[in-house]
Amino acid sequence: MRKYKVFALMLVLVLAFAACTPANTPANAPAEDAPMDDAPAGEEVTITIESWRNDDLTIWQDTIIPAFEAHYPNINVVFAPGTPAEYNGVLNTKLEGGSAGDLITCRPFDASLALYEKGYLANLNDIEGLSNFSDVAKSAWITDDGQEVFCVPMASVIHGFFYNKDAFNEVGVEEPQTVQEFFDVLEAIKADGTYIPLAMGTADTWEAATMGFQNIGPNYWKGEEGRTALIAGDQKYTDDAYVETWKQLAAWRDFMPDGFEAVKYPDAQQLFTLGKAAIYPTGSWEIFTFEKDASFELGVFKPPVENAGDTCYISDHTDIAMGMNAATQHPEAVKTFLEWMTTEEFASLYSNALPGFFTLSDHNVSLTDPLAQEFMNWRNECESTIRNSYAILSRGEPNLENELWRLSAAVINGSVTPEEAAAEIQAGLDSWYEPAK
Amino acid sequence: MVTKQRKKFPFYIVVFLAPAVIIYTIIMIYPLLASLGLSFFSRTSDNQYVFAGFSNYVTLFTDSFYMPRILGALKNNVIFSLIHLVIQNAIALLLAALVASKGRLRNFYRTVIFMPTVLSFVIIGFVWNLILNPLWGVSESILQAVNLGYLFKPWLGLPDTALITVSLISVWQFMGIPMILLYASLIGIPEELMEAANVDGANGWQSFWKIKFPLLLPTVGVVMILTFVGNFNAFDLIYTMKGANAGPEFATDILGTLFYRTFFGQQLQLGNINMGATVAAVMFLIILTGVLFYVFFWQRRVQNYEM
Repeated sequence: MRKYKVFALMLVLVLAFAACTPANTPANAPAEDAPMDDAPAGEEVTITIESWRNDDLTIWQDTIIPAFEAHYPNINVVFAPGTPAEYNGVLNTKLEGGSAGDLITCRPFDASLALYEKGYLANLNDIEGLSNFSDVAKSAWITDDGQEVFCVPMASVIHGFFYNKDAFNEVGVEEPQTVQEFFDVLEAIKADGTYIPLAMGTADTWEAATMGFQNIGPNYWKGEEGRTALIAGDQKYTDDAYVETWKQLAAWRDFMPDGFEAVKYPDAQQLFTLGKAAIYPTGSWEIFTFEKDASFELGVFKPPVENAGDTCYISDHTDIAMGMNAATQHPEAVKTFLEWMTTEEFASLYSNALPGFFTLSDHNVSLTDPLAQEFMNWRNECESTIRNSYAILSRGEPNLENELWRLSAAVINGSVTPEEAAAEIQAGLDSWYEPAK
Repeated sequence: MVTKQRKKFPFYIVVFLAPAVIIYTIIMIYPLLASLGLSFFSRTSDNQYVFAGFSNYVTLFTDSFYMPRILGALKNNVIFSLIHLVIQNAIALLLAALVASKGRLRNFYRTVIFMPTVLSFVIIGFVWNLILNPLWGVSESILQAVNLGYLFKPWLGLPDTALITVSLISVWQFMGIPMILLYASLIGIPEELMEAANVDGANGWQSFWKIKFPLLLPTVGVVMILTFVGNFNAFDLIYTMKGANAGPEFATDILGTLFYRTFFGQQLQLGNINMGATVAAVMFLIILTGVLFYVFFWQRRVQNYEM
């Protein structure tokens, strides 16, 4: 056992370095400025995209932009990303100084809304392709009254559970559909003893809220119905739906690794990809790393419902979009590009290039990655919603999202009961939030 | 007696002082005053900054949301600081006495003990997170090897132990600095004094406490004030190990992390510059009080012996 731990430690180190290296390479790649156009001036225009996704540089340069330019040879597109941590600050400065690119990659919710309200992002209501997007898809880039859209939604991430198929076969259990089946599976794996049933820790606190509460919760609060009711003030976090969600989370405790209170997010990832744990609650963004690191067959199942046959709800969280710099010199070219971004072609190119990040459009895109395809199929079987703390409710102090992190972790740790957590969250929200009447 | 002919003011002094004064004013004094100034303003709903007097301070210490945070951070910071003042400096004194004594390996130990101090916070945080990790940390195996495995707990994750654990890691990291300061003073004590004490029949214990320690007191004062200032400015290690939310349940939240969250924001929480500056001003006042206390009480009371 001791030898194994030393080995595991070394493996973690090696993996950590391995994981760092490729991620850094694109970050160090020079962020190219708009190359001077040597084509004759006049018809040709060059438009530049501001983005924080420097990891996606090659995808844009090799796949997406050539596909667009094949249709519109007169429009040159340059993808000029910065680093994620600096993006918001640098973008603000550039917009204020009038030196920002023509297309602006939009963060979800308040960050982009603030840019729109300051007049830096243009109104995009006249982009016809926006009809290809559902209300949930647009919810992160729309004014509070739901009238003005200012970014074209690009991608979302979907929550669910990854599992180790080999472990399930060994123990002899199937993908659970209902909450009862889910706990039966966990019990069976625990009784078998070979695998840790649930790879998760609470040290970083956000896993408890994001991968726990927001993952399984939509089935309790019925997705959008509950989320909008919270905003309208018709529901409260002290309602049964929310307390029950925390109760299920508290019951996860018995199936988590020993000392989970100090287990961090990367620890849980390693635990799962090393084949030591059977189930890993998380979201589609892990597909890429897990497929690379895991030596066993991966499966995914969606958050379990209360009774077999119930409508299922999934967290299909809006993450990234594209807007237009209101001060652009080439509004027509930018709009052409944005219009193209609403097409099936873009949806297919983007979702396939980045497995785990799904187009938000209604197009029926087929994905080459089977796990990504399975995640995406849930959209047809279930109702989509987004994390209930992201829109509007996290604008005040105490900050709802931070409180959800802290208290969801505390509920799993057992230092706070679900009822206490609910009361504290609601009291914090009540202290500043007044629902619009 | 009044001198009629006053000496001409030596203007070249101004020339020599100017570079330092100007640079120090620009990069230290002005930002400090500007940041203090920020704490007296608040932002209205239409993005205007208005003078708010002491209302930010009142909010910080009375608001139902801020009060538990600032009081919790103060309490944690005091615990964090006490652990350093008592444990770190006591052990540092012991180690300094040991490496100052005659022993073959003293240079080796002096170097080894000082080493963690030159490592980056990120490395310290990462290494200790791994050592204490309940999944693959070596601490559990080590305890099991001496049949104490039942003592192992995920110390960093439990509200009762997280702060003490992080404090002790910080003690381990910074031990070298007080040790080297005390060591430098110890070897500066003249041999003659010790010889005289020997002749008078003092044993090792007596000569340490009656002769060496009083001579060390000025250094002990410097060490204490450096520790105090460092602790109330601390942030890096806790941020590296526990994140800006200083979990579990704010158990490791100190003034530095509270300031960071308030000023810069965290995840969906937007930064509040004015409240952040208020927290910073409170930190500044605490440190200022400590330093003034040191200057006016400790430094004046402690005798400096001519040697």
